[in-house]
Amino acid sequence: MAAQSELYVGSLAKTAPQSRWKHVMHGLRRDKFLYLLIAPGVLFFLIFKYVPMWGVVIAFQDYSPYLGVTGSQWVGFDHFIRFFSNQDFYLLFRNTMAISLLSLVFFFPLPILLSLLLNELRNAIYKKWIQSIVYMPHFLSWVIIAGITFLLLSQSSGIVNKMLVSLGAAKYDFLTNQNNFWIMLTVQNVWKEAGWGTIIFLAAIAGVDPQQYEAAKMDGANRIRQAWHVTLPAIRSVIVVLFILRLGHIMDVGFEQVFLMMNGAVSNVADVFETYVYRLGIQQGQFSFSTAVGLFKSVVGFILVIAANKLAKRFGEEGVY
Amino acid sequence: MKRSIGDRIFDTANIIVLGIIAIITLFPLYYVFVVSFTDPAEYIQKQGYILFPEKWTLDSYKYLLSTSAFQSATMISGFLATVGTALSLVITAALAYGLSRKRLQGRRLIMLLILITLLFSPGLIPPYLLVRDLGLINSIWSLILPVLTSGWYVILMKSFFDSIPVELEESAIIDGSTDIGVFFRIVLPLSLPALAAFGLFYAVAYWNTFFSAVLYINDHAKWPLQLVLRNMLIDSSTQAGGSAAAEMMAEQNIPTETLKMAAVVIATLPILCVYPFLQKHFAKGVMLGSVKG
Repeated sequence: MAAQSELYVGSLAKTAPQSRWKHVMHGLRRDKFLYLLIAPGVLFFLIFKYVPMWGVVIAFQDYSPYLGVTGSQWVGFDHFIRFFSNQDFYLLFRNTMAISLLSLVFFFPLPILLSLLLNELRNAIYKKWIQSIVYMPHFLSWVIIAGITFLLLSQSSGIVNKMLVSLGAAKYDFLTNQNNFWIMLTVQNVWKEAGWGTIIFLAAIAGVDPQQYEAAKMDGANRIRQAWHVTLPAIRSVIVVLFILRLGHIMDVGFEQVFLMMNGAVSNVADVFETYVYRLGIQQGQFSFSTAVGLFKSVVGFILVIAANKLAKRFGEEGVY
Repeated sequence: MKRSIGDRIFDTANIIVLGIIAIITLFPLYYVFVVSFTDPAEYIQKQGYILFPEKWTLDSYKYLLSTSAFQSATMISGFLATVGTALSLVITAALAYGLSRKRLQGRRLIMLLILITLLFSPGLIPPYLLVRDLGLINSIWSLILPVLTSGWYVILMKSFFDSIPVELEESAIIDGSTDIGVFFRIVLPLSLPALAAFGLFYAVAYWNTFFSAVLYINDHAKWPLQLVLRNMLIDSSTQAGGSAAAEMMAEQNIPTETLKMAAVVIATLPILCVYPFLQKHFAKGVMLGSVKG
């Protein structure tokens, strides 16, 4: 602690060694306005982040709103055992993994490809325009995107189905069809976020030494080979780090997206941990059981994120946290 | 050096491919925009095949904005986006600034506490019970207080403030200013680009508030825009028979489709309006932020 405090206007830092307590009190008094400044933020974290962390103990209770956390009966791991021995667990896990892996395979490479293409554009104004356009969907809410999807694809009035009919094809049931639900989510995700995802890759590409391209040109490499042999290897560490971090969040699928696109006909393939917790906890009032489900997801997520970060640090050196 | 034929083919192909991607991105929005201004009769007659309406009309907008549900929802979302953003910015910046001053005792501990919140989430139910126990159900503050700031933004802003030289505040303090004065009169004005970037992110998040309102707001009269929109756009198209919103619209002569599209445009408009002004700032803000993957 002592090493951190610096010479400061009006401070007594130069005085002889003092006891730790005195030192702390002195710092508190000296920086009282600074503490006042951070107080609302610290209070926010304590109340809205740490109180709920303590609240997860109800996963080990039969929580009753009337008895509260202190009065409810403890049941140990009963809720977890009930959940793992339940058929729902398998379905939730399968759906979560399917949605996540699809996005990993189809969504993850697209921003990289898109930034390679953007990087090759010579006309700066055209490039700016394209960038502005592809970034934009990122700012739209999932309600808007789900809404537009429904407007375009609905069976009764969607323009896409009208087009299919006038082309002589049969109507296709996009919205309430189990077969294409995961793909539809992936396509929505690509449309919304692929452009936004280019920002970080473009920044990495901007840091590539131009001399490497000159050298590649001398060796007779065309533009595609330059991208393959110079640009891609140069941003490899960024790609690897982002990929690993993405793996750390493999249990997290977009809550709002699934929640909005879900309907009775597709619930079998659409239900993920988050929507399940919402349904059982908020709608049916099974607070303890759904907290246990949420806690399971959080613990797995925590382990994955820590592991992913360790791995990312090894590859990217700088690390993330 | 002269460009080779291969180079020119590549460039042309690239321009075309990116152009197509831009069109794919833009087209759904364009279609929604155009239909929302289309005369209902024309929409029915052309069965929705409209790339450019023959007659522009504001009927759908006039009708939507005359409904009290839409008016109050827009007001609520507007309140969230302005008041919420202002509060969030000040609290995030104040915390980040304090934590960026190396002499502050306990900053390591506070940083650790913040970091932990990024790694572990208590899930959905405990925060819900907290908001309920605080008596915030059906209060607009349930949409602001629980999301006032986030660990990511605090850490990002702190790294921004780390670059502000300590000498600057020292000289202000010699002139008799307090740390709070330094923060509001020197640090915040110096940080306008960062505030613009984070302000945009906060404002968009508040304007798009949806799920926390699903959780905390049961009273339909207090719904923010996204919830009203969800009811208009989604419930009615999957569930046979349709929701109250659809029935309400069916009573009018305006086809529900043009109304729905007008609602999408209204909910998108504020974002599209601030977007061009803030775009130059946000790339900087995201550069730090996008690492979170």
